[in-house]
This record gives sequence, C-alpha cells and structure tokens, in this order.
Amino acid sequence: MSFRRILNKEIILPFFCLLAVLLMNLIKTPDFFDISKTNGAYYGFIIDIINRGSELAIISVGMTLVVSVSGGVDISVGSVAALTAAVITNILSGGEVSANLLHAPLLLAIAAGLICACVCGIWNGFLVARLKIQPMVATLILYTAGRGIAQLICGGQITYVRVNSYRILGTNFAGNPLPTPVYITIAVMVITGIFLKYTSFGLYAKTVGINSEAARLAGLNPANIKFIAYLICALFAGLAGAIYSSRIYSCDANNIGLNVEVDAILAVLLGGNQLRGGKFSIVGSLIGAYTIQALTTSLYAFGMSSAHMPVCKAVVILASITLQSPELRRLFKKYRKRTVRTFFKEATEL
Amino acid sequence: MKTKALAAVLWELLAIGILTACGSSTEYAEVGAEEDSLITVGFSQVGAESDWRNSCTNSVMEAFSDDNGFNLIFSDAQQKQENQIKAVRDFISQDVDYIIIDPITESGWDQSLKEASDAGIPVIIVDRRVDSDDSLYTAAIGSDFELEGKKACAYLKAYLEKTSYKGEVNIVDIQGTIGASATIGRSKAFDDAAKENGWNVLAQETGEFTQAKGQEVMESILKRHDNVNVVYCENDNEAFGVRDAIEAAGKKVGTNLKRGEILLLSFDTTRAGLTETLNGTILVNTECNPLYGERLASMVRTLEEGGTLEKHTYIEENQYSANELVKSVVVDGTTYPVTLLTQEILDERPY
Repeated sequence: MSFRRILNKEIILPFFCLLAVLLMNLIKTPDFFDISKTNGAYYGFIIDIINRGSELAIISVGMTLVVSVSGGVDISVGSVAALTAAVITNILSGGEVSANLLHAPLLLAIAAGLICACVCGIWNGFLVARLKIQPMVATLILYTAGRGIAQLICGGQITYVRVNSYRILGTNFAGNPLPTPVYITIAVMVITGIFLKYTSFGLYAKTVGINSEAARLAGLNPANIKFIAYLICALFAGLAGAIYSSRIYSCDANNIGLNVEVDAILAVLLGGNQLRGGKFSIVGSLIGAYTIQALTTSLYAFGMSSAHMPVCKAVVILASITLQSPELRRLFKKYRKRTVRTFFKEATEL
Repeated sequence: MKTKALAAVLWELLAIGILTACGSSTEYAEVGAEEDSLITVGFSQVGAESDWRNSCTNSVMEAFSDDNGFNLIFSDAQQKQENQIKAVRDFISQDVDYIIIDPITESGWDQSLKEASDAGIPVIIVDRRVDSDDSLYTAAIGSDFELEGKKACAYLKAYLEKTSYKGEVNIVDIQGTIGASATIGRSKAFDDAAKENGWNVLAQETGEFTQAKGQEVMESILKRHDNVNVVYCENDNEAFGVRDAIEAAGKKVGTNLKRGEILLLSFDTTRAGLTETLNGTILVNTECNPLYGERLASMVRTLEEGGTLEKHTYIEENQYSANELVKSVVVDGTTYPVTLLTQEILDERPY
C-alpha cells in the first residue's frame, strides 16, 4: 500500500490525533512512557490510559452501532451503567448499605446486572425501533429515570461491597500484570469484531443507517436491526457499569457513569464517524475513546490545575474535530492546488 | 401511521407522568385545639439524598417535637427548588410562626423571602446559603468550612510537632467539586496553612468529592511525585479512593511519617469515614455537623422571648482521631478539643 493510500484512509486522522496527544507529553513529562513493575503489576501513565479508558472504550463500541444504525445517540448509557452497578452491588450486599461478605454468588449478581441492562436496552430499542421516537428523546427517559431507579435500589446511599473478589473486575486479577478492565475491553472488541464480520450485522447496520427505507425494500427489517443495536449498546453500558462499580467496590448511583454519554458521543466523533449515521468505524471510536482518556491522563501528568483543565481539553478536542472536518480538508486541498497552479504559472511566465 | 404517532405520544406522556409523579410531599400536621400553646414552625428540607441529610431532618424533627412545645410542618422538597418555593408559600398561607429553609440553590429566593417578610414571619436559613440581601431573612446558620480546614491543618501541624518530625512535608490537596462552598473554604484554609508552615504543595487537583475521581487523580499524582507524605482530602469518599491509589502504588497509608507512611486528613465524618479513622487509615477526620435541631430550637425560643439573633452563625463541629497524641488544636487563638475516637463513639453516632 502506498503512503498516499494509507494517508487517505479515514482511520489515519483519529490515529494522528491520539499520537499528537501522546507526543505532547514527550516535551512536558519525558517519563510519561516509562512502565515499571510494582507489586507484580505494570505501572505507568500508559497503563493508566488503557486501564482508565476501558469503560469509555466499551461504551463507545455500543454507541458507534447506535449512531450508525439510527443516526441518533443513546444518552442513557451513563444511567444504565449506574443502574447495573446498583443491581449488582445490592444483590451482593443483600440489600445492606455495607457488606463484608458476599450474600450471593458473584457471577450470578453480575449476570443479573447485565440482564437488567439488557432490559433497559430492550426498552430503548422498543421506543426507537418500534414506536419510531427520536433516539435522543426516547433515551432521555432512561437518562432521567435510570439514575433515579438506581438511587431507589441503593436507598439513596452508597452501597459498599468490601470483598476482595468483587474488586477483580476493576483491579488486577490474581497477580496478573495488566488490570482486568483491559482484558474485558479486548474481549468486547474481539467479540464485536467477530459478530460484525460473521453475521453481516455490520453491513446491515450501515445499510439501515444510510437509508432505512431502501434497506427495507432490499428485504431487511430496519426495526430489528435498530433494536439489536440499542440492546448491544445498553449491554455494554451495563458491563462498563460493573467495572466502574468494581473499581470503587461500591455503587455511587449519583456519580457512576456521570456524563459518560457525552464522552462516548465525542469518542464516536473523534473516530471520524458521522453523527447522521451510516458508515462507521469501531476502531475509530476506540481510538477516539483512548484519545479522550490520554488527554485526561496527560493533563494530570502535566499537573494542570483543576480549574484550567476543561479549557485545555476543549481546545484539544476542538482542534481534533476541525482537523477531521471534510469541509476543511476540501478547502485545504483547493488551496494547495491553487498555490501549485499559480506557482507553475509564475514559473512559465518567467 | 397516525395511530403509531399517537401511540408514541401516549407512551411519552405516560413515561413523563411516571417520572414526574413523585412531586413534593408535605406532611401537614393537623392543626388542633392546642394550636395556641404550640409554636408553629414550617421547615422546608432539601430532600433525603444522604445519611447526612437524614440525620439533619431527624435532628430537627426531634428538637421541634410536640413535647418541646412546637408544631412542626415538615416539607421535603425532593431536590427541586420549585417545590421549596411552593412549600414556603404554603407556610405563609397557613400563617406559621416561623419558617426554616435549607435552600437547595443559593439564588432565586428574593421573592419568597420578601413574601414571608411582608407577612411578618421570621425566616431562618440553615445549612446552605442564599444570595439574597440579608435584610430579607432573620438569621442564617451553617457550617464554617474554612474553620474546618483550619482545624485540620492545625491538627497536622500539632501532630508533626508531637512526633518531632523535622523532615520535609510534601503535601497534596485533593479538592472537592470546584465552586462548591465546602471546597472553597477548605482549600483556602489549606493554601493559607501551607504558606504559613512552609509545607511543600506538590499538587492541588479536584477529586469532585467522589471515590473514583479521587483514586484516578491520586494515581497520577503518585506517578509524578514519589515523595508525597501527606494527603489532604476534602471529603471521606475522596480519602477512600486516595487510599486505594496509594496502596496500588506499593506505598502505605498510616500514621508514621518516619517509616515512610502517608498521612491522610479527611472531612465530613461519615460512618464509613470514621470506620477508617478508627483503624488508623485516616489520621484525623473533621466533622461537618448535620445536627441543627437543638440550635434551631433555641434560636426560635430566643425570638419567641423577644430576643434578637446574630445574623450569621456557625454550628459547633468536632474533630475525630484514633491517635491520642494531639488532644486539642488552636485556631486563631481559640482552642478546640479533638475527640479520641472509639468504637462506642462510632456506634452512638446517628449518621
């Protein structure tokens, strides 16, 4: 593949942005890329990025499918994450505020939490696919209610499960050098990849996203495909909720997954995807998600004060979004062509 | 197509109905024959979002009981200011003797306060603040966050002296949510104390009052500075996250600086926080007291007897530590005792 072909690939720009964010650190914090071993676990800023970015990456995968298929966003992901966390922790704690031993098998509780997330997905899918409500409006219901229900389950308090086995999802698994969330994210990527590749769901999703009516005429059932996308999105949001909760071995219903929907939508955008739906790139969204986390971690590494951080983040994100704007690229190409042409013109005139 | 659209609209309405069905709930006490002898007080509470809030509500309810000569009308605003404004209006139309408000937000109170003052009903603002002109209410009582911070810093200073630690103090401030009054007060006290005592401030970043954020921020700080020996966490949840981050980095939290342990200071004295204080993880935990009941009752009695109240007062707050080295701290010339935390004290606490 020639260099130019690689440059024209859509994935290159998001990748370039991620690289730029990482390289910023070379100047400010040279030891950013150092990885050492502490207590048998890898330790360093890069590990932080892939560890802390896990939840966002998982949610972005689901969000990409939803955006592609329906040209809308699922803003309930954060609430679904909180709800799942509430269900899991309260089953494990037996409804107590704080538990020092598991009241139910861990896997059973996690399964129950994920089933709960799927129910949320079914509800969202039903509203969007069957009742044809605008995605943002449809998911607004769970966005508001999900966290409320989670609060209700937790009795308005933070439920703690102070058991080491519950911390596995969020920390290192039995002396494993890499944190568990990284493995979960890899598993999610592989499974989604296989699913998209071998069931042609990816193709169907694109088709429905580009033109739902044409897809219907071609013999697809757009409603079913939208439904599945929302289901997957909620399931992944639930999985992320389990990780969030395991990290703090508790359920803080007010704060788990707070504002993550905005970051997930941003990740999808940073990945070069269009919010109007259609063609999509999961890899792009993943890069987008890790770019956001890399930015946060880098700003921490700079020791930037909390008050300045949002401004700095906004500037970098604005730069990466404009860099990827097709309109800007067209203008840039036009300008380049013109300068080349005038250059030749002037040269011949000489 | 039309029926589908209609169905959609109906669903939407149904869903919104469910969401908003839980409006404000005001428990109206029946106005009985004893009305004359009892002092009627209307209390508009924020909601029931935490243990802390519930203890506040219970303390007020106990202090304003019938036996104590009060008739309390309690209104739970469920975190919505419009419910609170409505509650105040209800209080005025019921012609209560006193109104107590724990305002959800600082702004937007002028109209309600003016209505109350026109009706001649004294208003006491509790816990949080209002930004209205202070001629519109009778008195305000709350937590002195800056004093809390000063007490924590004074404790640290005293502790370092008692343990005759002469080395460098490399301190980190994990702030609360930027803009919150607790953050502003506690951070200011920290800044002043660090400057005054020559503490080396390595980092000052927000943990947004949550465990997850506190952990993430601390993780990063520990990678930049491996000489951190004191962490000033602006609430208990952050302290838990900070502890986990420190342990993940292969360091130890404790009370002995000379052995390379990291000291944790925290605020709020929640039950979980005090449990960690008792086992020595948190060196000192400075209280944010929710038990306003008794103070409010005595304020109302003063007004009833024709006395006047100071406009802005603060509630007494304690400090807890399981370490007996420092028995009291001195802030601006006043001595405040430090309570030695035991299991009994922890068991007796209402929140």
